[in-house]
Amino acid sequence: MNLTLKVWRQKNAGTAGRFVEYPLKDVSEDSSFLEMLDILNEELVEQGQEPVAFDHDCREGICGMCSMTINGTAHGPQRATTACQLHMRHFHDGETITIEPWRAKPFPVMKDLIVDRSPFDRIIQSGGFITGRAGSAVDANAMPIPKSTADYAMDAAACIGCGACVAACPNASAMLFTAAKVVHMNSLPQGKAEKDRRTLAMVTTMDGEGFGGCTNIGECEAVCPKQISLDMIAHLNRDYAAAQVKDFFKQV
Amino acid sequence: MNLDAKIPEGLIAEKWSSHKFKMKLVNPANRRKYHVIVVGSGLAGGAAAASLAEQGYNVSCFCYQDSPRRAHSIAAQGGINAAKNYQNDGDSVHRLFYDTVKGGDYRAREANVYRLAEVSSSIIDQCVASGVPFAREYGGQLANRSFGGAQVSRTFYARGQTGQQLLLGAYASLSRQIGLGKVKMYNRHEMLDVVKVDGHAKGIIVRNMVTGKISRHAGDCVVLATGGYGNVFFLSTNAQGCNVTAAYRAYKRGAGFANPCYTQIHPTCIPVHGDQQSKLTLMSESLRNDGRVWAPKSAETARQIRAGKLQANDVPEDGRDYYLERKYPSFGNLAPRDISSRAAKEACDEGRGIAATGLGVYLDFRDAIKRDGRKAIEERYGNLFDMYQCITGDNPYEVPMMIFPAVHYAMGGLWVDYNLESTIPGMFVGGEANFSDHGANRLGASALMQGLADGYFVLPYTVGNYLGEQGVAAAGKVTTEHPAFAEVEAEVQARMDKLLSINGTESPRSFHKRLGQIVWDKCGMARSKEGLESAIKEVQALRKEFWENVRVVGEAEGINPELEKAGRVADFMEFGELMCRDALMREESCGGHFRVEHQTADGEAMRDDENFAFVGVWEYLGDDTEPALHREPLIYENVKLATRSYK
Repeated sequence: MNLTLKVWRQKNAGTAGRFVEYPLKDVSEDSSFLEMLDILNEELVEQGQEPVAFDHDCREGICGMCSMTINGTAHGPQRATTACQLHMRHFHDGETITIEPWRAKPFPVMKDLIVDRSPFDRIIQSGGFITGRAGSAVDANAMPIPKSTADYAMDAAACIGCGACVAACPNASAMLFTAAKVVHMNSLPQGKAEKDRRTLAMVTTMDGEGFGGCTNIGECEAVCPKQISLDMIAHLNRDYAAAQVKDFFKQV
Repeated sequence: MNLDAKIPEGLIAEKWSSHKFKMKLVNPANRRKYHVIVVGSGLAGGAAAASLAEQGYNVSCFCYQDSPRRAHSIAAQGGINAAKNYQNDGDSVHRLFYDTVKGGDYRAREANVYRLAEVSSSIIDQCVASGVPFAREYGGQLANRSFGGAQVSRTFYARGQTGQQLLLGAYASLSRQIGLGKVKMYNRHEMLDVVKVDGHAKGIIVRNMVTGKISRHAGDCVVLATGGYGNVFFLSTNAQGCNVTAAYRAYKRGAGFANPCYTQIHPTCIPVHGDQQSKLTLMSESLRNDGRVWAPKSAETARQIRAGKLQANDVPEDGRDYYLERKYPSFGNLAPRDISSRAAKEACDEGRGIAATGLGVYLDFRDAIKRDGRKAIEERYGNLFDMYQCITGDNPYEVPMMIFPAVHYAMGGLWVDYNLESTIPGMFVGGEANFSDHGANRLGASALMQGLADGYFVLPYTVGNYLGEQGVAAAGKVTTEHPAFAEVEAEVQARMDKLLSINGTESPRSFHKRLGQIVWDKCGMARSKEGLESAIKEVQALRKEFWENVRVVGEAEGINPELEKAGRVADFMEFGELMCRDALMREESCGGHFRVEHQTADGEAMRDDENFAFVGVWEYLGDDTEPALHREPLIYENVKLATRSYK
């Protein structure tokens, strides 16, 4: 298939970016979206131009590195799919495809389609863990965990930290990401000891990083490649309210 | 080259505990005086960095991704082995040890493998404690499944995303230490060389992939956990960024490289679709628990399928050759990876391959769906089926999957002793980057086990022992002001400048692709003396061409993926030759290494224990000199060498 690509080009964080149009010919419909960009980049290199910089690594939809908005939708038109797992058969011959980086203030553009998602790491560093030294654990079966609980924690833990939720949210809220991480740990018995502390710390860090508030729009859920449910946000709000109340009475 | 493996004395079951007792301890108050450099943030690196920091050491951890959570350990799907015997089906530490040695075709070091099996139980405990949501049964106990090459159910899993969940567990522990200030994390940094002072590894040179700045980092020792070299083949299931640079640079500084020809070709990957492809996708081996592998019995049927005149579902039962069940009745579809891969290749070589290219066989769930119902299959493999459909456009609930072997894992790696210390003192190597535990073939669900064993339970002890031996007076004494740093940094800089100045006509990717084709054709699933000899010449010629004609656009400053790629491809160009040399030297077939000259009448691998029961370790002697081969003999005291049979 032949395509026209409108790609966001930006030299670095300090300069302004703009869309540049590139025609691209003979793309196989079995190619993935990123393979299509590989082809474009090979052509650009051949012409002595700098290729389009984009984040990518595993190309199996699991590392969460790829991050681009395709025709206005984070990760593109296919539901529950990362950009790397999106295939060209979902586009048609002659189509013009617009490709831009995640647009969110806390995720500044570093170059072309690459953004800085380090705020996510800092949210985890503030509380997204269960404290315990290697070697101190009891036998794994010492604490039976109901299957439904384990499954629910896994639903939350499936988050790949790509940031599509933030990119899709009109408020650039990171609630879906934070909720997934909080709920994963909070719902497991081993995570209960630090539940309140974790919830307060992670929400505080999230706010401090400049993410917007959640107004229940649901764009995040719609673009999430792992289909993390909005229910996670409700769960986070519940845990957060409980933690705040407890925290309040602790101070009295 | 000193290849003393430092295997402790005593019974195999007591080696590790007695060794731990004899190790030097570092006083908790003194640990903060030491600084450990960890390169890589996957299961081995992330767990080691977190555990060493927990113990009180200061750690700097480096990864090339934008976050440590993205290391390629994340892509492992199927599961992690542990000798818990929760299923009461006869498993034990000794059985896991035995299976791993046998699965590795008797080319792994016994003592290391035993330790791996021994700590496997603690890994599961540790992971559960850190919040890994493993699959559970209704009673709340952990669920298990059996996995390629094992007859007991010892594999723990978290849907089809086990690697992801284990990595997130290690990442959470690591993040906690970063938050506490005990680990300084360097994301988007690539290690380009190692710095030795008085023979010991005391630092590294890295490039900041955002600013392009090259900088020096000094420490009291260096831990490499930089993964495998599968991307030398260009097309593999490895992540795009996986590379051999860190390990290869260490090799050039004096670390022995062991068994580079041992690469694992995984039997269940999605077949290549065409020449626009950048990467191959693995379908978890767990699928073989329920899926049946087959190829058409006749080449004519296969031809009709390829031509689109016949559908897989229309091939009658007697037209199907369930070749794994036929050839290996006791293991059937669960035969180990090397054996399954070769069997697939054999079927395709006979003209019975399907897919447009003729390079594919079927993995069929028809019978499993009939037996257990679609819902049960969906529960077990739902996400894998979705992934398959997303990539190929076919619905595997209705038509059989198409699969073909692809490069997946590197059993070879930097040589390490029992302490996971390389031949450069003070340089430790963990995870896929080292060579020690899998021999010539890795069993399914053992990579995650090894990465975490090294990271959580081995390196934190052995690194401490090394630091203790160096003494607290030496802690922090080497700084980046030492002239050795300036020297290595200048070399790294010169190499970058050279790459940018060639200004030729061919892209690094194009060179990489050509290299991959050579090594896949001649050092892939089947290798011959003739092919390897010609591959070595071809790689040499290609390398020469690369240094004359590569075109690296962009600048040294700022983000430049082409420059990163060029540096990695340059190292693959040298490494590819080393791999072929090793394959040429090893005049036998074992595990993933199949020399066509050494096979039985029915096409099975023929090992030569008399002459090749050793680890082949290569020493770098200069760019224009052939590397020297050293041998570490493999002595089996607990497992009897036998022909590996899965029949």
